[in-house]
Amino acid sequence: MLEGIFVDGLIFSIMVIGVLISYRILDFADLTCDGSFATGAAVATMAIVQGLGLATALLLALVSGAVAGVVTATIHNRLKVPGLLAGILTMTMLYSINIRILGGRANVPLLRTTTLYTKFPQIFSMLSTSWALLAGTLIIVMVVKFIIDIFFRTDLGIAIGALGSNEQMIISMGMDPKLLKVIGMALSNGLIALSGGLLAQYQGFADANLGQGMVVQGLAAIMIGEFLFDSNKISLITLRVVFGAIIYKALMFLGRYYGYYINLTPSDLKLLTGILVIVSLIVAQTRSAASSADARKKALRRNKARREAEQKEANHAND
Amino acid sequence: MLTIEQVSKVFYPGTVNEKTAIEYLNLTVKDGDFITVVGSNGSGKSTLFNLIAGTYPVTGGSIVLNDKDVTNTPEFRRAFTIGRIFQDPTKGTAAKMSIEDNMVTALHKGMKGLKISLNAKVREEFKKELSQLHMGLEDRLKDNVGLLSGGQRQALTLLMTVLSRPQMLLLDEHTAALDPRNAQIVMDLTTKFINQYKLTSLMVTHNMQHAIDFGNRLIMMDEGKIILDLTAEEKQSLTVPKLVQKFKSIKNKEYASDEDLLVT
Repeated sequence: MLEGIFVDGLIFSIMVIGVLISYRILDFADLTCDGSFATGAAVATMAIVQGLGLATALLLALVSGAVAGVVTATIHNRLKVPGLLAGILTMTMLYSINIRILGGRANVPLLRTTTLYTKFPQIFSMLSTSWALLAGTLIIVMVVKFIIDIFFRTDLGIAIGALGSNEQMIISMGMDPKLLKVIGMALSNGLIALSGGLLAQYQGFADANLGQGMVVQGLAAIMIGEFLFDSNKISLITLRVVFGAIIYKALMFLGRYYGYYINLTPSDLKLLTGILVIVSLIVAQTRSAASSADARKKALRRNKARREAEQKEANHAND
Repeated sequence: MLTIEQVSKVFYPGTVNEKTAIEYLNLTVKDGDFITVVGSNGSGKSTLFNLIAGTYPVTGGSIVLNDKDVTNTPEFRRAFTIGRIFQDPTKGTAAKMSIEDNMVTALHKGMKGLKISLNAKVREEFKKELSQLHMGLEDRLKDNVGLLSGGQRQALTLLMTVLSRPQMLLLDEHTAALDPRNAQIVMDLTTKFINQYKLTSLMVTHNMQHAIDFGNRLIMMDEGKIILDLTAEEKQSLTVPKLVQKFKSIKNKEYASDEDLLVT
């Protein structure tokens, strides 16, 4: 059971890294994610059902998400509409496309087929089934995290980070911010779809509604992660995202299994997630206010100490 | 180097807010020129810079940069030739990134690839470059730029801009938001870099003394036009009162107060 939370959280963490790239690194409030997550699940499921192989299935999921990201970025770039609206447009269109991908159905099961999650127990045969699933997922997440960490240390990755912080600077350095946005959004939604492709295999079905509310869940996980520690190093930022994702899933698990003591139903979890995000924002705000108040106090104290020292010197000089 | 012919800029054409910011303006900048630009608020200095840099499209006329017509070239392409520094020290650097990451984006102009340029050797070079600012930034490579003061950020912006090797520098009141001490440091660095890298420069300033002391040419703008254009020789005998007097005689009207012009 405990392993299940970790597997769930780890699969989810790949999606949260995607949200991190759009929301935190690119500073692009992207809602495509709600659609591209289900697209990834749908594409991976159909590829597996068609017998294209697991590697191809995941690759196709990644590419389909990347295409969705490119569409959003292009709508935003060409039509000069806010990113939020561009994302909503793509997300809405993706809902229809996802059902098309699933062959006109809203739900396709992965029964009696080989998926990654039927393979992991064979690969890690020395472990019990649930631990084997955890080991396999952990390896995938570590590889993804490693690649992302490397990418954001390359010149291109740094430029994408700089774009989110200051677009004018990117222009001044002779780079096309539109192209960088397309690359960043493709990467972000590619990861989100990859995560969807993994989840479909883990839970054994793809659903057109799978992506609902993913953005907010992703934000909640990012914010939980940000409570853990502060850093400007990409490897630590992605690490805390992974932790945040697992903690979020654990909290939701607690809500689902012990919530009935306080009359909580599974449908209340969205409300809880929203409240979690709001509370995180309030705490973050109070924290930064407290730290700047602290800095002010310290500055005043420093000034006072300096004045006193000068006073003392002046007194000495008078003596 | 730069030829501006009959350039006009009209904001909000056809509405009640229609405003002509630049009117049939001509300007030729020669290689190695250092031109100071003065003029009261709203005279079109910043708009002129925005047109040269490509932030706004022109309403009419043409801009030729290095013998190439760049009138319709996007800003990021013109940035290969033009380095620009704004009054706002936060505009030139990314606050959420470390000093070294900021400097990596400035290593060369243009699209970046999947290379990891930031290694021990490059860090040593960055330290060497930063040490000429005399601000102790060479020991803070991993600190976020958001932690620096305005003066430090503007000095870093200046350094990054020259690192990216532009041929031309547009300085838009780049010391106006700084305290006098930091403004002096940044101004000293500016002249040092301009001489060192032989940069053609245009500098907007509200400081009349700076306008007279620096550069080899002075232009004064008013209502979207160049109303005064002085060469290096003409500048030598110039003083602030004389400059104000010239302005008055050209405009043939008394300014409400000289403070409008003389913000030092």
